[in-house]
Amino acid sequence: MSSLAVADPVLLDFAADVGPEGRVAVAGGRTRWGLGGELRSDTRVLAAPTGIVAYAASEMTVQVRAGTPVAELDAALAEHGQRCALPARGGTVGGAVAVGENVVDQLGRGRLRDAVLQVRYVSAEGDVVTGGGPVVKNVTGYNLPKLMTGSLGTLGLLVELILRTNPIPAASRWLAAEDVDPAAVEAALYAPGAVLWDGATTWVLLEGHGPDLASESNKLASFGVFTEVDGPPELPPHRWSLTPEEAADFSRGAFVSSIGVGTVWADSAQKSLPDGPGVAAVAARIKKNFDPTGRLNPGRTAGC
Amino acid sequence: MGLLDRLTGRTSSGDPLADDLRAVLSADRVRMDGAERALMAKDASVFGGGVAGPTCFPTSTAEVQAIMRVAAEHDSPIVPRGAGTGLAGGAIPLGAPIVISLQKMNRILDVDEANRVAWVEPGVINLDLSNQLRPRGFHFAPDPSSQSVCTLGGNVANNSGGPHCLAYGVTDAHILAVEVVLPDGEVVMLGGIDAEPSGLDLRGAFVGGEGTLGIATRIAVRLTKNPPAVRTLLLSFASVRDAAQTVSDVIAAGIVPAALEVMDQRITVAVENFVGAGYPTDAAAVLLAEIEGLDAGVDIDAGRIDEIGRANGATEVRRAQSDEERELLWKGRKTAFGAIAQMAPDYYLHDTVVPRSALADVLEQVYEIADRHDVVVMNVFHAGDGNLHPLLLFDAREQGTLDRVHAAGAEILRASLDAGGVLSGEHGVGVEKQRFMGELFTDADMGHQNRLRRGFDPVCRSNPGKVLPEGHSCADIQQLRAVPTGVWG
Repeated sequence: MSSLAVADPVLLDFAADVGPEGRVAVAGGRTRWGLGGELRSDTRVLAAPTGIVAYAASEMTVQVRAGTPVAELDAALAEHGQRCALPARGGTVGGAVAVGENVVDQLGRGRLRDAVLQVRYVSAEGDVVTGGGPVVKNVTGYNLPKLMTGSLGTLGLLVELILRTNPIPAASRWLAAEDVDPAAVEAALYAPGAVLWDGATTWVLLEGHGPDLASESNKLASFGVFTEVDGPPELPPHRWSLTPEEAADFSRGAFVSSIGVGTVWADSAQKSLPDGPGVAAVAARIKKNFDPTGRLNPGRTAGC
Repeated sequence: MGLLDRLTGRTSSGDPLADDLRAVLSADRVRMDGAERALMAKDASVFGGGVAGPTCFPTSTAEVQAIMRVAAEHDSPIVPRGAGTGLAGGAIPLGAPIVISLQKMNRILDVDEANRVAWVEPGVINLDLSNQLRPRGFHFAPDPSSQSVCTLGGNVANNSGGPHCLAYGVTDAHILAVEVVLPDGEVVMLGGIDAEPSGLDLRGAFVGGEGTLGIATRIAVRLTKNPPAVRTLLLSFASVRDAAQTVSDVIAAGIVPAALEVMDQRITVAVENFVGAGYPTDAAAVLLAEIEGLDAGVDIDAGRIDEIGRANGATEVRRAQSDEERELLWKGRKTAFGAIAQMAPDYYLHDTVVPRSALADVLEQVYEIADRHDVVVMNVFHAGDGNLHPLLLFDAREQGTLDRVHAAGAEILRASLDAGGVLSGEHGVGVEKQRFMGELFTDADMGHQNRLRRGFDPVCRSNPGKVLPEGHSCADIQQLRAVPTGVWG
């Protein structure tokens, strides 16, 4: 049994810092710090340990400590022609997983939560706990990686992750056109990396092998005049979670919709509905089971 | 006094639980006869020891909820059941639970192309859904070998995989929302069809819960676009090691095929006798590789896989020239488990995952372990994911054979763990691998898994005695197995 226990002294030192009592939280890059409510002011705020522990490019997996900047991880992966599903906006790996938001080119890179293979976190008792496993396919036991992703550090403090990586496509190209039907464009393409729309302009990220990009570009020409652009548009600050159909029909203020996905970046906040009583009861029991004294990220609730 | 008695004033038939179940369903949908209970005591696994209570066949969420409330009133455990194709014993009833068969809830409720989602009931058969979707340009990506009989509710419970999960991900990545009847009888919607449902990902926690977290009654599945082009290659090798090395090298080269399946010679010979799929029976192993995508890309990737295969000593590389040839190659793969029935009356199909770079070494150990235990092993597996499926052949009528099979299986599991792998890639833990959980997880790790489980089911009502080993709550297996056969009859 002892051979299974986490031995990395860096992780154990962090767990000792967290300890078994007192209100505690972890700050990453603070890019999404206000999510889930305001942290109680008397909370001790720690920084998670940093560094890439192991990168098996040929396995397409990477083991990385939670405090590592996403930009640093991205650079290491790019050296081997790979990428991951974490959004790069100046934050840390652990912060990105704790928040759980997807990248703007989700159609190409996939959902963040599907890329989290193994989590290590410090529990409310101050122990290092492992959930999931190091390989790309695993149904051994309950799915703690899913539960931790997007939990805003309210169930455990992330300290190390194993993430799935993917090859960077051989070729990619952002294109934009005015006054085309973005939903029709998304439906016509086989596997675009992203289709974005702000009510007037449609942006398309084409990815894949070079010759296929040419044929997909030709397909786009039947919808309108697409020209190559540097990248996606600037995204407004608030994030809405809608159905793909609602996102393709959005019209409130300045916005950018992710077509075929349903995420909308808008200049106003979405009014979120509270969970129904049944869901709230399960969430409350889980919170109590993982953090009986409410010491982890006090003041925050996943989903607020 | 049972609920029925109170409602109708009638005298009970002598079994208050069955009477109350009949009060909330119709009498013909609560079965207690010996044949039904014998059927429900088993699943497709080699494990026995199950004792079924009354079997219920609900047709709606409201009926499942009513059954769950009767279970609560009688403090009876329940076990949900799909097609019973599970291989880890997850559907085996422990503690004489009410068996809730979802097979009559088998409607495709809605196909919403604009939102890329279909709403289905849990008893819908996996392949039926894809057959309905394909003409509309979509399919459901997870395709377990049992897909012509297994249900989507079972797929959700086991987080099932299949050959094409290499590129598309397992069931979890394709489930957007699940309506669940919780063990306390509450009906909840977990997840949603919007892009990023807020709150804890209870949907993600529920998928793969092996029926211990409640019962899925409606499921929102993601529609995957049909690929415009498909290329299927069959590569022959003079050794299993060469085939495994080719798989590792393909992944390392940054190619993500839709499927990479390896079959050893014992399997190809059995399949050829069975369906005549066109496999070369003189090769030590074949690799079935499929690439999906756009026209140019699939040819580029097929060419690279061809090169990598030849560099690893492929003796023949054949490309399917027609849809018919492609379908035949896949028919061979998907009927492999049926084909081996001609070799031995019983088989035990294992399921472990190893790092893809360790495939060749672990496979050599698998053959060595089986030889040492005097058991015939065949290998047919999802090589691209590192997901091994050693198939141990035996005749249960021979004294002591099953013991040798279990001993070999335990060693195969340990070899996989030693290589940095895990206990199960797609079959689940069930009752099969509980006792090995402590070799992958610490007590604290399993304690935290139990915290998740108890969040959904604080009273251990749903499918007790599964997943977590003895010593953890909801897992007091001895007590559950102590219920004598015939207690309900």
